[in-house]
Amino acid sequence: MFAEYNLVMAQAVGKRVLPGFGLSLGYTLVYLSLIVLIPLSAVFINAASMPWNEFWQVVSSPQVVSSYRVSFLTSLLAALINSFFGLLIAWSLVRYNFFGKRLVDALIDLPFALPTAVAGITLSALYAKNGWIGSLFAPLGIKIAFTPLGILIALTFIGLPFVVRTIQPVLQELSLEFEEAAATLGATRWQAFSRVVLPALLPAMLTGFALAFARAVGEYGSVIFIAGNVPMVSEITPLLIITHLEQFDVAGATAIATVMLVVSFSLLLIINGLQHWASSRKRYLTGEDVA
Amino acid sequence: MSIQVKNINKRFSTFKALDDISLDFPTGKLVALLGPSGCGKTTLLRIIAGLETADSGQILLEGSDASNLHVRERQIGFMFQHYALFQHMTVFENVAFGLRVKPKNERPAETAIRQRVTELLELVQLGSLAKRYPSQLSGGQRQRIALARALAVNPRVLLLDEPFGALDAKVRKELRRWLRQLHDELHITSIFVTHDQEEALEVADEIVLMNKGQVEQVGSPLEVFRHPATPFAFNFLGTANRFDGKWARGGVQVSEDLLPLPHTQPAHANLAEGGNVIAFARPHDLHIEPNVEGSEGIRAKISRILAFGPTARVELSHATQPETYYEVDVPTLSIASLNLHEGQAVRLRPSQLQVFPAG
Repeated sequence: MFAEYNLVMAQAVGKRVLPGFGLSLGYTLVYLSLIVLIPLSAVFINAASMPWNEFWQVVSSPQVVSSYRVSFLTSLLAALINSFFGLLIAWSLVRYNFFGKRLVDALIDLPFALPTAVAGITLSALYAKNGWIGSLFAPLGIKIAFTPLGILIALTFIGLPFVVRTIQPVLQELSLEFEEAAATLGATRWQAFSRVVLPALLPAMLTGFALAFARAVGEYGSVIFIAGNVPMVSEITPLLIITHLEQFDVAGATAIATVMLVVSFSLLLIINGLQHWASSRKRYLTGEDVA
Repeated sequence: MSIQVKNINKRFSTFKALDDISLDFPTGKLVALLGPSGCGKTTLLRIIAGLETADSGQILLEGSDASNLHVRERQIGFMFQHYALFQHMTVFENVAFGLRVKPKNERPAETAIRQRVTELLELVQLGSLAKRYPSQLSGGQRQRIALARALAVNPRVLLLDEPFGALDAKVRKELRRWLRQLHDELHITSIFVTHDQEEALEVADEIVLMNKGQVEQVGSPLEVFRHPATPFAFNFLGTANRFDGKWARGGVQVSEDLLPLPHTQPAHANLAEGGNVIAFARPHDLHIEPNVEGSEGIRAKISRILAFGPTARVELSHATQPETYYEVDVPTLSIASLNLHEGQAVRLRPSQLQVFPAG
C-alpha cells in the first residue's frame, strides 16, 4: 500500500521509482526501428509503388493463393504437433532423471544450430522413396518427400526447440505440491494434469506455439529441398518470393511479402491475445506466496 | 478415526530420516509433531498421507492397513505449508475441486456442490471471497481457503504441514486460536507438524517430540513441558539453564560448586556417584541468593537486569567461566528487596532440577 502511495507521489513530482525510464524506452524505440520497423516498412513502401490492380493480380494469382494455403496450413499443423510433443519432451526432461539426460537436453537445440539447408538435404534424403525412412512408407503408397507431408516434417523439425525451451523453465518452476494437493483431494493423475498442470503451462505453451509457427511460416532453407516445389501442390510462399526476385520482379516479390507479413502479424497478434487471456486467468506465484 | 504408525523406517540415500517410528494417534485429537528442522516430522506426515512411501513399516487407518493405499484413496485432508492453492482457479473452484474430480457416480449435483462450498466458506469465515483468485488473498486467508478445500471431501483425517509457518507473528497467533476452535467443533483426528514449541504447547492435545528421526517423548503439553524425558526435550521446550557436572553428594558438582537437589524433589535413580551428568533448570526454577558464603549453589555474576514487566529477567555469567550464561526469572519486586544490581556476585540455587546421565 505504501509502495503504491510512494509511486503515486513520485509520479506527481515527475520522478519515477525506477530510474532510467526515458533512456531505456528511447533506446528500445530506436533499436526496434532500426532492426525491425524500418526494414518492414520498406516492404510496404516498395509494395505501395505498384498500382493497386497490378498488386492484386500478383497476390491473388492461383499459384500464389495455393502457396499461402500450403505455407500457413503446414506451419499451423507443425506448430500444433510441436506443442504436443514439445510438452512431452519438456515433461520428461524436467520430471525424470535418466542416463544421458544432458545429452538429450543438448540435442533439443540442434535444429536451432544446424544450417537449414543441411537439415533440408538430410531430411529429403531420409524421406525420399529410396531413403531409410521413405522406403518404409513407399510400399504403403505414402510419399513423404516432395509432397506437403515433407514440408510438414521439415517445419516440425525446425520448430521443436521453441516449444521445449519455452515450456521447460515454467514446468521447472511449477511446484510438485500442486499435483500432490490435487491427489490428496482425490484427483486421478490425468485430472491433476489436465486441471492443474496444463492450465498453468498454457501461457508458455501458447508462446512456444506462436514462436514455432512464426519460425515455420518464414522457413525457406530446409523446406525447398524436401518440398519438391510442385506448383499448386507443394510450393511455399517464400519460394514464390524468391522466384519473383530471380526474375528481377522486386515489386512482385514485395507484394507477396506484404501479404505474408500482414497475415503473420495478425495471427501472432491473435495468439498474443490468447496468451494474455490465459495468463490473466492464471496468476503466477508472487513473492508473497512463499514469504 | 485413529491412525497407527508401526515400525516406520525411511532413508534418503545415506540420511536416516525416520528410525523405527511407532506411534498411536487417538481418534478426534489434535496432535503436534514437534521437532527441529530435519528431525523427520514432515517426512512422517507425508508417509501417513501417502505422498511418500516408507522403506518398511505400516500405516494403519482405523485399524486397517493403508500402507499400500494410494493418496487419493486414503481420504485424508492435507494442508501444505505454502497452501498449494490452484492459482488459475477462483477461491470457489479451489474449494470445489475435490468434489468435481469425484467419479461420475459419486459426484454431487452442481447445486449440492454450490451448497457445500458455500457452507465451507462460511465455516472458514470467508464467504465473501468466493470469486477472488488466490493471489488476491492475504496469507491468512489463503490458509483458511486451503483448509476449506481439504475439508470439502469429508476427510477422515486432517494432516497439516507447518500450517502457520508462512505467516507473520500476529496472524499466526490469531489462526492458532481459530484452528483450535475449529477442531473443537469438528473433532476430526488431526496431526500438525511444527518446529515452534510455543505453537505446539498452545494448540495441541498431545505432543510428539521428535529428534533425528526418533521419537523423544509423547505426552500432553503440560506433561511434556513439566517433565521433559530427555535432555533434548528439556532444551527444546522453553528456555533452560544447563549445568554440566558430576553426580556427587546428592547433588551436581559443577567445578568447585555443588548444585544441591531440592529437598522436595525425589532423588534420581540410576545415577552413579561420580558419573557425568547434565542438569537443567528453568529460569523461574532458580533462586538468586545474594549471600555468597558456603559452597552450595553456583557462583555467578549478574551481567544484566531486564525489569520491564511484573517478572524481571536476570542474566548472569558463571563466576570463573564467564562464557557460561544463565537466565533467571524473578518477580520484579524482589529485585529491590534483594537489592540486586548489575555486576553483583551471587549464588544460584535451584528449586527444581532435572538431572540426566550424560552421554
